[in-house]
Amino acid sequence: MTSTIDPAVNLEAKTSSSLQQNPSRTSRRSRTLAAIVLGTLFLGAIIFSPWILGESGLSTVLTQRNQPPTWSHPFGTDWLGRDMLMRSLHGLSLSLRIGLLAASISAFIGTSLGLAAGTFGGWVDAVIIWIVDVFFSLPHLVLLILIAFSVGGGTRGVIIAVALTHWTNLARIIRAEVLQVNSADYIHLSRQFGKSSLWIARHHMMPHIVPQLIVGLILLFPHAILHEAALSFIGIGLSPHLPAVGIILAESMRHLSTGYWWLGVMPGLLLLLSVKAFDWVGENLRILLAPKTSQE
Amino acid sequence: MLSLSNLSVTFTQYDRGLRRKQLRVITDLNLDVQAGEVVAVVGASGSGKSLLAHALLGILPQNAVMSGTMTFQGEPLTPHRCRLLRGKAIVLIPQSVGYLDPLMTVGPQVQRVAQLTGRTKAAAKTAVKKTFTRYGLPAKTFDLYPFQLSGGMARRVLVSTAVVTPAQLVIADEPTPGLHPDVVSETLTHLRELADAGRGVILITHDIAAALKIADRVAVFYAGTTVEIAAGRDFFTGKLRHPYTQALWRSLPQNEFLPVPGNQPNLEQLPQGCLFKDRCPWVDDLCREERPALRELNDGWVRCFHAEG
Amino acid sequence: MPIKRRPERQPEKQLVNRRVNTLLIFVGQKLLRLGLLLIAVAIFTFVLLSLSPIDPVQAYIGADMMQISADQQALIAERWGLDQPFWNRFLDWLGQILQGNLGVSLVFNRPVSEVIAARFQASLQMLAIAWLLSGLLGLALGTLAGAVAGSWIDRVIRLYAYTLAAAPTFWVALLLLIVFAVSWRIAPVCCAAPPGVLSQNVTVWQHLHHLLLPAMTLSIIGIANITLHTRQKLIEVLHSDYVLFALAQGENLWNIVRYHGLRNILLPAITLQFASLSELFGGSVLVEQVFAYPGLGEATVQGALRSDVPLLVGIVFFSALFVYIGNTLADLAYPIIDPRIRLGGQMNR
Repeated sequence: MTSTIDPAVNLEAKTSSSLQQNPSRTSRRSRTLAAIVLGTLFLGAIIFSPWILGESGLSTVLTQRNQPPTWSHPFGTDWLGRDMLMRSLHGLSLSLRIGLLAASISAFIGTSLGLAAGTFGGWVDAVIIWIVDVFFSLPHLVLLILIAFSVGGGTRGVIIAVALTHWTNLARIIRAEVLQVNSADYIHLSRQFGKSSLWIARHHMMPHIVPQLIVGLILLFPHAILHEAALSFIGIGLSPHLPAVGIILAESMRHLSTGYWWLGVMPGLLLLLSVKAFDWVGENLRILLAPKTSQE
Repeated sequence: MLSLSNLSVTFTQYDRGLRRKQLRVITDLNLDVQAGEVVAVVGASGSGKSLLAHALLGILPQNAVMSGTMTFQGEPLTPHRCRLLRGKAIVLIPQSVGYLDPLMTVGPQVQRVAQLTGRTKAAAKTAVKKTFTRYGLPAKTFDLYPFQLSGGMARRVLVSTAVVTPAQLVIADEPTPGLHPDVVSETLTHLRELADAGRGVILITHDIAAALKIADRVAVFYAGTTVEIAAGRDFFTGKLRHPYTQALWRSLPQNEFLPVPGNQPNLEQLPQGCLFKDRCPWVDDLCREERPALRELNDGWVRCFHAEG
Repeated sequence: MPIKRRPERQPEKQLVNRRVNTLLIFVGQKLLRLGLLLIAVAIFTFVLLSLSPIDPVQAYIGADMMQISADQQALIAERWGLDQPFWNRFLDWLGQILQGNLGVSLVFNRPVSEVIAARFQASLQMLAIAWLLSGLLGLALGTLAGAVAGSWIDRVIRLYAYTLAAAPTFWVALLLLIVFAVSWRIAPVCCAAPPGVLSQNVTVWQHLHHLLLPAMTLSIIGIANITLHTRQKLIEVLHSDYVLFALAQGENLWNIVRYHGLRNILLPAITLQFASLSELFGGSVLVEQVFAYPGLGEATVQGALRSDVPLLVGIVFFSALFVYIGNTLADLAYPIIDPRIRLGGQMNR
């Protein structure tokens, strides 16, 4: 330990004081782990629900049209008598899968550009920062619409648009992390000992960047999914034949004035819950991996 | 007037992976202060000096747990009484201008201090202007922002925050580092004046030489505890009791300028036995086993088995 | 006496001169940056659209494509300069835009600049109401939550803010539409005016009536961000040395918030609120879609759905300008409000 503990003590005391405000008998560690497991299970269940539950309830039953939520149909039924819970699960599963794919591509772009900017510096860094600036200069939704439109819309359009517009924050975080690690003393020491760049990247960079990357990727999902849903909702995204959750909600608009509120409310609620589950998992992972940077 | 016995402060923190750890920042601390005297609390950074001030004012962070007894003017200083007395009977002179609101002019800030002791707005304003004049601050100082103050002006403004209150106990937290020597001696004079006016003053500092200029008594801190309480003159007459105090005294530039070897113990895991044992020239098996209590010796106090007159 | 006064006046005049110079440099830099940014946006948009599989001729003609011969199509392509090399087309296009000619909207059959002006006027009031409401409410809620951080009030406010941050904008709009317009019937279901009423005959009350629900939706969504930021900032302030000193003076929590908290969180809050114009614009696209409110956001969707490239490009430029103005105002807030920069001329933040 160094002899200059005092300022550190003060600082730590401050950052951890909010942690202290709800003392509990169960350890925070196991509660955090439980939150991560629960959230992951919930999301996994939604994503795999079409394979678990099959196609039942999706066929037209004209005798059961426009039923409000009951025990047998918790989300009610639509104008063709289809079960809204089943439709919502199928739609949400599709949306989540598209969101996950797009977010993963985006995370890959963000990590590559962030690593490149931080490692090479110079004009590479300048160009990447400039691209990030251009991206931030347009409202995100306008950018999404522009890209989705330009590549011809559809499922491919949504994936490309979401993938191309969500990497900026992660790139900035990774870049900052690389710059910080690069300026650390032990890196200079490693260089002096003649370690190769690859060795340094593997042994010193990865342990710092991988936690940031995992948390960054998971916190990307909710944005990606919400934007996918928004694009589908306004009609630039998935085609109406692929009932993603945005399409289901857009359809419900036509039946709102007739008082069939459940058509819009229930699928949206499920979407909201999944987005919150991603946030929950991400924040708890962040607390576990890097407690000092977490908000709570 | 103020008496602390066996005061301990522990912080709970969370580390990577949310593992709990405990930091014992103050251990079995004893100290008393009389009206009209300056008691200097000296020690290296990390010895828990500033936290002592925060403990007295009841402004420790929420993850701190305190034990031991504090009495002020004959009555126990409970958290409730702390809240009633702070700013009125017990005041703090903070260490830097960073303790003033950066976006508020200094006059109203000091005026607010005076108002909190029960003065009316007008009376408080008059008191502030009078105090500023007394310390030779120009009239426009009232409307300056903290960043516009020079080091010397800032010091005088901070001392003013104590002067505008009727407080009996004044705690000055590191009032001298990084200042011009003239400002240092001016600040010390102001603190001495406060004591001469009948207030008790605790001067928290790592600068022994500066402390000795005005202190009646000196409490030496090590790893969150008092290892010795000596009269100011003991330093000059070679009557120091504890090996750490002696080493600190020798480390001053005007003396032998020998650094004290070693480091303070890790506050997460305080060792068994004497807290100074790892750096002590007198250490033996008794010191390794048992922690010495503070005992009276030659009109002072020492926490050491082997100290002799 | 006059001799004595001169040295006092001189620095003041210099200070004013210096400030005017700083301001001119600031404005110059901002305009230059805006120019560079718009060129960057232009390159980006043009490259994107030329890579796209959409055939501009087909997009222009639409369903009548079958009735037009290949020769005629080639003629149109030639007239539009589509046979020219990439850079020629780009420079030609950029030249047109620099002259203020954004082309003609295919959907509305009017010059793009006119469409944007008319549509933005309709959106502006809604945006302004939403912006002010979300700013004020967010500041109030964030301050309250930060002051009692950890309490049940804080938890409720945080739950509200985090839930809204995770909620799809269009779904919140849908919910409000169901509650206020369908169930309670106190708000209109759509549009900017009652059906069948000509725009010049719309009363102020009718106008507000149609404006209020979309504006409320936008502000409810905007609150989340500013609330969470204000809360975080206030917690930081409450952990600062100057608040510790105020506590040592015997100041209570509410007075600390009143005298030190608000003063120190206002600046970041104002900055954030100006910088949030980007999200506000994006939100308006979805909200206007749900309420069928004929503003700029709805025009954006129309442009994309009906392949109106000139309109879409015009809106992209306009939104970049809009966001840029917001960011510039955010930058300006500091030197105007913060005394450390206003009086000290130091920009070390």
